[in-house]
Amino acid sequence: MTRADIVQTIYNRVGAFSKREAADVVEIVFETMKETLERGEAIKVSGFGNFLLRDKQPRMGRNPKTGETMQIPTRRVLTFKPSVMLRESVNRGKAS
Amino acid sequence: MTKSELIDAVAAKANIPKAKAALLVQGIFDAMNEGLRCGEGVELRGFGSFVVRNYEAYDGRNPRTGEVVQVAKKRSPFFKVAKALRERIDGAREKHAILTDDASPPDSNADRDSARAR
Repeated sequence: MTRADIVQTIYNRVGAFSKREAADVVEIVFETMKETLERGEAIKVSGFGNFLLRDKQPRMGRNPKTGETMQIPTRRVLTFKPSVMLRESVNRGKAS
Repeated sequence: MTKSELIDAVAAKANIPKAKAALLVQGIFDAMNEGLRCGEGVELRGFGSFVVRNYEAYDGRNPRTGEVVQVAKKRSPFFKVAKALRERIDGAREKHAILTDDASPPDSNADRDSARAR
């Protein structure tokens, strides 16, 4: 499933929009989410999941290819915590 | 930012009524949910991709009581952030502190859970 499939789905389901408008809104949604996360703000989408930010402490790591020890610097990471609803929906899966 | 704040922001930017923005935003997340439920991944260029990972059954432990519990085989969604977004977020680290509206612990099990699926 790609952005185009999402546009098609909402275009079919939500009336009163041209496909172009649906595509624009999809673009705006993900752009807004990216800007928000970049500002250091988490996003909580009830029924879907939370996009959380976390600052990681530096630590010693190893390059798995060369075995070389190296310092992994301080960094900020994005994690997605699926909501219970999404987890259950996915786990029930194709059967439903 | 909550879903309703996202809807407000989208309505303002797209210059459409909030009710319409709400239908569209909800429609996007519903479509993604359905894709994942059908075992299909969702790939969003520049944002990231959602895939379904299969986890084998294992014996877990209740961390509070030490009791062994059987964890059934399951399928769970997993999000992999796009390289561009990962770099954008990390690059803004020094400019913006993480906004917190709750006292969630700085490190959760999220990383360990994702390691187990590999």
